[in-house]
Amino acid sequence: MMDRNEPLDQIKTRRDSALRALATGVPYMTWLGIRFDRRGDELTAILPFDDKLIGNPALPAIHGGVTAAFLEVTAIIELSWSAMWEDLESGRIAPDAAVPDSLPRLPKTIGFTVDYLRSGLPRDAYARARVVRSGRRYASVHVEAWQDNRARLMAQATGHFLMPQP
Amino acid sequence: MTDESGGLDSGDRARIAQQFIDSIPHARALGMRVDDLGEGRATISMPWSEHLVGDPRTGIVHGGVVSALMDTCCGAAVMSHPSSPRSTATIDLRIDYMRGAAPGQRITARAECYHMTRSVAFLRAVALDEDGDNPVATAAGTFTAERQAR
Repeated sequence: MMDRNEPLDQIKTRRDSALRALATGVPYMTWLGIRFDRRGDELTAILPFDDKLIGNPALPAIHGGVTAAFLEVTAIIELSWSAMWEDLESGRIAPDAAVPDSLPRLPKTIGFTVDYLRSGLPRDAYARARVVRSGRRYASVHVEAWQDNRARLMAQATGHFLMPQP
Repeated sequence: MTDESGGLDSGDRARIAQQFIDSIPHARALGMRVDDLGEGRATISMPWSEHLVGDPRTGIVHGGVVSALMDTCCGAAVMSHPSSPRSTATIDLRIDYMRGAAPGQRITARAECYHMTRSVAFLRAVALDEDGDNPVATAAGTFTAERQAR
């Protein structure tokens, strides 16, 4: 099915525009300033620091709710991205930011549990999610966020999601 | 917040709490309002807004917004506990989403600190829209309770 000789720029355009459509389709993500870096199918979410993200002005530290939101957004986008990968690569779908209906519906959060491991410093944060189990109806995702050092996590979370039904 | 609340009525306490909330940039950015506070309980609400939407097809706010409101409300409940903690931070927070909050309606969170130890506060919270009988989400969390400097 994979075309070994497909032009590289065509592959990158297809993947990048699909990711852009996924990430820019959610107003709240845009408001928080979250964007995604892609290497092959691996996504890294980036939350650039901004004053409006502060929850404790004395330290200062990022708001715990922002950390939770960042982790949840990362989990949902990773889950949606991995679920649509096959259809995207085979050309069955071509998500386009200008055509909202071209995007698959997003999974719905059932439950989300966040462990706060270190207080969020006033600098950029990163997150990566791993789909632990993905079924037809339910999925389980683990997600980690860090700042300066990948091994020193700021927070981690596990979430269960209801997959969109065709 | 200090332990000087002895002579204050609930209106004074709510006003002081609103100043506290207004000093938190993210709570201000979300338009949070303290509706009630005291004795380890807090009620905080916020308006629906276009830029907080998680699903443009339905206009339902993103789950993360509800998380931020519940987290702030739980933190406020800890700070209002009679044992007067000096500061607090979230240790863990679990949120279960029952349904999407109706577009255009205020979201209100109510949190209760149901147990307090020397260093840990245990919280329960619920988030509602204008249909107060059907919760949007529930939360359970633990928070640090920092006492005087050691």
